Amino acid sequence: MNPYIPILVIGAIGFGFAAFSVGVAAITGPKRYNRAKSEAYECGIQPSPQAAGGGRFPVKYFLTAMLFIVFDIEIVFLYPWAVTFDKLGLFGLVEMVIFILTVFVAYAYVWRRGGLEWD
Amino acid sequence: MFTSPILDYSLLAPILIILAGALIGVGVEAFARKEQRAPLQLGIALVSVVASFVQLLRVRNVRSLKAAIDSVAFDGATVFMQGSILVLAFFALLLIADRGNFVAQASAIPGSQDEHSSIAEGKSQTEVFPLTLFAISGMMLFAAATDLITLFVALEVLSLPLYLMAGLSRRRRLLSQEAALKYFLLGAYSSAFFLFGGAFLYGYSGSLSLTGIATAIDVNSGNDVFLLIGIVFLMVGLLFKIGAVPFHSWTPDVYQGAPTPITGFMAACTKIAALGAMLRIFYVALSADVVMWRPIVTVISIITMLVGAIAALSQRDVKRTLAFSSIAHAGFLLTGIIALNQSGLKASLFYLVAYGFATIGAFAVVTLVRDSAGEVSDMNRWVGLGKKSPLIAGAFCLFLLSFGGIPLTSGFIAKFSIFTAAYESGNTTVVVFGVLTSAIALFFYLRVIVMLFFTEPKSDAVTVSVPSLKVKLVLAASVIVTIVLGVYPSLLLNSAQSFASFLR
Amino acid sequence: MTTRTDLVYLIALPLFSSAFLLLLGRIADKWGHFFATAISASTFGIGLYEFFAMRSRSGDFRAATQRIFEWISVGTFKVDASLLLDQLSICFVLLITGVGTLIHIYSIAYMSHDRDRRRFFAYLNLFIAAMLLLVLGDSYLNLYVGWEGVGLASYLLIGFWNERPAYATAAKKAFVANRVGDVGLSLAIMIAFTQFGSVTFSGVKDAALHASSAALTALGAMLLLAAAGKSAQFPLQSWLGDAMAGPTPVSALIHAATMVTAGVYLITRSNFIFDASSTARLLVVIVGAITLLFGAIVGTAKDDIKKALAASTMSQIGYMILATGLGPVGYAFAIMHLLTHGFFKASMFLGAGSVMHGMNDEVNMRRYGGLGKVMPITAVTFGLGYLAIIGVPPFAGFYSKDKIIETAFNAGGARGILLGGAALLGAAITAFYMTRVVVLTFTGQKRWADGTHPHESPSLMLIPIILLSVGSVASGFLLNKGNALVHWLAPVVDASGAEGGAELFKPIVVSALALGVVVLGVLTAVLKYRGTVPVEAPAGSPLTRFARRDLGQDDFNHRVLVLPGRAITKSLVGMDFHFVDGIVRAVGWTLSYLSLSLKKVQNGYVRSYALLMTIGAIALLATIWLVTL
Repeated sequence: MNPYIPILVIGAIGFGFAAFSVGVAAITGPKRYNRAKSEAYECGIQPSPQAAGGGRFPVKYFLTAMLFIVFDIEIVFLYPWAVTFDKLGLFGLVEMVIFILTVFVAYAYVWRRGGLEWD
Repeated sequence: MFTSPILDYSLLAPILIILAGALIGVGVEAFARKEQRAPLQLGIALVSVVASFVQLLRVRNVRSLKAAIDSVAFDGATVFMQGSILVLAFFALLLIADRGNFVAQASAIPGSQDEHSSIAEGKSQTEVFPLTLFAISGMMLFAAATDLITLFVALEVLSLPLYLMAGLSRRRRLLSQEAALKYFLLGAYSSAFFLFGGAFLYGYSGSLSLTGIATAIDVNSGNDVFLLIGIVFLMVGLLFKIGAVPFHSWTPDVYQGAPTPITGFMAACTKIAALGAMLRIFYVALSADVVMWRPIVTVISIITMLVGAIAALSQRDVKRTLAFSSIAHAGFLLTGIIALNQSGLKASLFYLVAYGFATIGAFAVVTLVRDSAGEVSDMNRWVGLGKKSPLIAGAFCLFLLSFGGIPLTSGFIAKFSIFTAAYESGNTTVVVFGVLTSAIALFFYLRVIVMLFFTEPKSDAVTVSVPSLKVKLVLAASVIVTIVLGVYPSLLLNSAQSFASFLR
Repeated sequence: MTTRTDLVYLIALPLFSSAFLLLLGRIADKWGHFFATAISASTFGIGLYEFFAMRSRSGDFRAATQRIFEWISVGTFKVDASLLLDQLSICFVLLITGVGTLIHIYSIAYMSHDRDRRRFFAYLNLFIAAMLLLVLGDSYLNLYVGWEGVGLASYLLIGFWNERPAYATAAKKAFVANRVGDVGLSLAIMIAFTQFGSVTFSGVKDAALHASSAALTALGAMLLLAAAGKSAQFPLQSWLGDAMAGPTPVSALIHAATMVTAGVYLITRSNFIFDASSTARLLVVIVGAITLLFGAIVGTAKDDIKKALAASTMSQIGYMILATGLGPVGYAFAIMHLLTHGFFKASMFLGAGSVMHGMNDEVNMRRYGGLGKVMPITAVTFGLGYLAIIGVPPFAGFYSKDKIIETAFNAGGARGILLGGAALLGAAITAFYMTRVVVLTFTGQKRWADGTHPHESPSLMLIPIILLSVGSVASGFLLNKGNALVHWLAPVVDASGAEGGAELFKPIVVSALALGVVVLGVLTAVLKYRGTVPVEAPAGSPLTRFARRDLGQDDFNHRVLVLPGRAITKSLVGMDFHFVDGIVRAVGWTLSYLSLSLKKVQNGYVRSYALLMTIGAIALLATIWLVTL
């Protein structure tokens, strides 16, 4: 079990620090309750009980996020390829072209079916 | 040092062809005109399935562990399972292509103006074909993968399209969407188990490949607790996919909510892939540690059979009933893993094909029984269907008899051989329970048959719609296979015998 | 047993013809019936050829086999789809194809007005194929395939006129009774496999030599249950009468000559099991004796000519079953009675069909009368069949039935007297009710419904009847001549062993006794039914008065003969309900309770499902932990 002792130690320290911070704040901090304090924090915007448009967020946000992730991942794959490009040679090039084409097909689908239009 | 990998494309081609077909399908969705899409998609899907099958036949005698470095095994079991997945998927695709099962516009809110107008415009969601192809490729890879990462990727590739397709039902859309969400959440949960289990096995053996794990078990290096947790968590992920108790709870809800052709596809093909992967993991990686896992697999198998058979008794919905029957069959199939011998593998392969055909046939019948609002899956309204449409009802009975394991149907030979294999390996308990639960299940199947044929039909608007050519093909194939495998099983048993081997 | 020959054509021909006709559909409507008949005739031809080929071979080489393909090969369990044609099966092959072909010919005319004649013939061919498979299979499993096949063909044919309302219950009854029988057969196969490791006849025979008597008795009892289901024997006899809803040629072929005798075949084929277990034999004779009396008594109460004949079939098969239970000597006599019965009962059924054909499908014998004059040929052939069944020498039934009665008396001790007495009593009642049928149908005054113009049937129907009645005259004499059949069957049923006990009576005394009771039965019937036949033509209120008196008569029969039987049945059923059914109910109740509680777990909430999965995973971990530590 030796190799795990450091992990245990780190875990214990982490837990201890969290407990310590909360505890110290509770003991030493000034306690002034007001209305603003009891409200949920929402990036400085006045919190509303419901999101605009009947409680539903438009699916557009979600679509954009998904597209971002798709291309983000493409980049993630491109980096290691770029690093080992000389060692992989032609094989790597072909595979990467296929990979990009594949992602491109998905992109074409999104584009043609109106996924990129905001309204 | 980094060297470029060597891939054996001819052996990967069956999977690659399906993936290419799927990509072309996505392209068609992007560029083809609305009214051209459905026939084009069906054509592409069928052609790629057939082409993939042909390629598989061409390389069926090749045996290699190096198809994709060390992560895909191309052995007898792979060929057989990929072949059966392709054949069953072919018929499932025909069923999927039959009109009126899928939603007009999936993004429209159920019951909204959007939905009505999309129906009026005659829209249809043809993405289901590329999604099916993606799922098929995942299944094929899942049955062949020999390392934990590839297994996980394949698991996700096969699961994600299925989550989506489960939500595409044309009628009762809320139920369908609920099913899809449930399937997704629980599926993600089980995937997490699978991944976690994989991590523990890596921690135990220092290797991701199944043979590496087997070696580690052999020399008994590493931490037994890790191995134990690894096996159990990996098992949770796999048992979830085949629908074994207590990881079965999604099955009835999803089977009921999903569009019927998708349910058929899921029931037949996913089972092959998931059981295929499970067989490979247990036979190749964990066989040395059999004393540890055999007792639990036995217990799970018994509980699964019992729960499946007993719960089916009180169901009133045909699709839910078939779901519980599929759970019971998962239990029977687990006996093939428990047997852990060559005849167990052979019997499992045969069982999967026999069960797959009967299942697709049964769901094909379900798509035909309709009233003005669409499919009628309430069993009480199936009463007396034998009078209205003896042929279709007769076919349904045949499939039920096959599920029940009545002689002269494929189900009998399947059950018989899988129980024999388990018996030969000395696992009598599971065989005894298997036979007992078969008897319970039989009670239920016979009740349905009596209901269909010997009860007066109610004056009801339920009709059996005239099957289209595609559905006719599916039904004919399922009936013929079910009977032929029952009367002349050597046809498939012999080839199952010759393909029943794992490369290590 | 080394002779090999191509037997598969016997089965393949009618099977393919059946599939062919069903698949072709309406295109084959014009010639389908001729095609099917030709196929049936050609199987008869093959049967004859095989028979003569077999006769030309010397004793040990007579049985022929053919291995068609390896059927199931699972682990150590291997079954081939193999056929076996020996001295026993050839008798059946000839009976099935011969009588079958005649009935095909008859049906061409009988079904000529039916829209679905082609389908009917396709089913008939299917039946022939399945029945041939049943008698040619060389293992219990192959036999089982044929067994289910004839069941299927039988349902299809009973239900052929499914617009008839009685069909539903009839088919249901037949379905249930046969399923019970099938369970018997499948249990028998399982017992054979687990105890003897083989399901072929020869394998089981070898293993039976040194098997425990408990296994043999259980196997015998299960085989008897199977036979009772298929052959309408007590206590599974009830379906046969209702099965008469099918077209008459079907009743003649399936429910008189061939399929219902499959039980007799099964027991004779399994002679090595019954020879080795006296308990199983005792069960067989009890079932046989009860059924032969039961059927005969029911026969006296039926007004429907087909149901009367059906009851008589039940009773005659009772004789055969009784004979098979009498040990090695009985088998040959059972088969002899089976063959002669095949002829005379088929001829009478076809005769009944001919009568119905002329009488607008009327089946009530009280609406017949005096038909002998308008249908002379039918009347004469029916009369020959009648003489055969009641056992008047030198007609066929005399030889075969007499032998059975004789053997029953020779069973020894009180058992012999009881069984012989039952057989003798059965013969008397048979004479009574068959005379009643003949008297009511062919003699006396006309009691036809208005607008009926009875006429003799076309020659296409009469020729088969005539040929069959030739059989019912001569077959008994021929089979009995020099104990021909007994010697022929000797290698199969192994009658060389213990000849029955000491003769209780001399054969001639038994014959005289049998003849005596037959004459008594005939006279009673003649006296009884001559008196009640009305002089008036049946019309208006005289008809109703006549009918009422007639019903009184019927009520009498009903009260004296049927009601006690029914009371007994009822109490038996009551016991069944409370006891056997009680257990079944308890099991069913427990299962549905469990099932409903499982339903509660399936509550539809993802959170509960996820919780269940988590608990499951933890339980798995804990179990393994406990197992391995």
